[in-house]
Amino acid sequence: MPKIKLPTKVPFIDMTPMVDLFSLLLVFFILTATFRQQEPAPVDTPYSISEKPTPDFNNMTIVFSNDNRIFFNVDNGPDTLLKFRNKILAEMGKAYNIEFTEGELRAFEKLNNSIGVPIENMKAFLNTEDKAEKEKLQTGIPIDSLNNQLANWVLYTRQVNPNVVASIKGDSKTEFPLVRKVLDILQDKNVNRFNLVTNLKAVKVEEEKTQQ
Amino acid sequence: MADVGGSEAPKKGGKKTIKRKVVRIDMTPMVDLMCLLITFFMLTTAFSKPKIMEIVLPEKIKKDKDKVEPPKIAKSRTLNIILGPENKVLYYTGMVEDPKNPPPLQVTDFSATGIRMILLEKNRALFRKIDQFRNDVIAGKINIKQDSVESAIRKLKSDDDTGPIVLIKAYKTANYGNFVDILDEMSIIGIARYTFVDISWIEEQMVEKTLGITPEPAAKK
Repeated sequence: MPKIKLPTKVPFIDMTPMVDLFSLLLVFFILTATFRQQEPAPVDTPYSISEKPTPDFNNMTIVFSNDNRIFFNVDNGPDTLLKFRNKILAEMGKAYNIEFTEGELRAFEKLNNSIGVPIENMKAFLNTEDKAEKEKLQTGIPIDSLNNQLANWVLYTRQVNPNVVASIKGDSKTEFPLVRKVLDILQDKNVNRFNLVTNLKAVKVEEEKTQQ
Repeated sequence: MADVGGSEAPKKGGKKTIKRKVVRIDMTPMVDLMCLLITFFMLTTAFSKPKIMEIVLPEKIKKDKDKVEPPKIAKSRTLNIILGPENKVLYYTGMVEDPKNPPPLQVTDFSATGIRMILLEKNRALFRKIDQFRNDVIAGKINIKQDSVESAIRKLKSDDDTGPIVLIKAYKTANYGNFVDILDEMSIIGIARYTFVDISWIEEQMVEKTLGITPEPAAKK
């Protein structure tokens, strides 16, 4: 009987199908990636049972950080060509006699984070590249009755984009009177419908169990 | 296989056979790189979007404008909930008629046996109706489209005329988390009518008296 000769070859694992698979996965993840928004301050949102997702556009968000600063964010509308953020900042500048250059407006448009910069410091904020410097300028938007910049942000946002919906994203530890004050400001501007941003936590109440 | 070429069969005619080398591309570094990229994208992708909870506040009644009276509601159905400090919840039914002799405030909390039990007790009829409806939909007894379930429940709520009318108020030291918690509680129990109103000074005093002098249900008369 002849012996079966085994080929003495270096084992070589073919990686091609693996590469194929990984490419597919990679493409999937790149296409579906919606990057987590980085808030300038830590915000720990409260929990609720609501399952409604946040809208993708036409959304203005007022953020309360746990050190009681107020931030404001608005998106560019259903189409980035609409450049709502540019227009809103230009309007704000007009109201406070600040002329923003084309470059500054573009920098503001690109900025996807909430801003907590008083309008006087906005120019400096948009022109600096230094992160620590930027952080220092984020002192929160003033809401005093004498210098109520938040009210103007809301006003001009609604003038530029009438379909905008107000969202409130607050840290659970925010003092309530501050939230109440902001709600008052919004109601003064005839915004009566709010979306409160929360995390999902399922709770089920069984009626039978609670019967006494 | 990532082979290029291969050994050719020797040709006849005395020509020199060119032995081609098999070119193999080692894919392992590419796999490594892709693994890294995939990990990066998986970790940075936000799969679960934050959720929202809708709330509509009553429109502000502008003074001296067109003399609109605030809507009147039945006293017997009113349940006042006051968000107190340190995650405490205080409540009383009815209204304050005599500031010198206010109704007793009860103290409870946000646990499953706290305010939820009290609300459930008051809202049992409606809660049962909604629960029954949901079960019927799941069991297939009621043939209804998935999208119209919510609006059907809303209809049930607006038809309700027995459940409590909840007025939510917040004491100075309450925090935003409490506010969301109590609104969440409303949707868990399926309260049909609730709104947020400003706290009055009488109620503030009541809270101070209840929590300040003798905590817990000592304010009972």
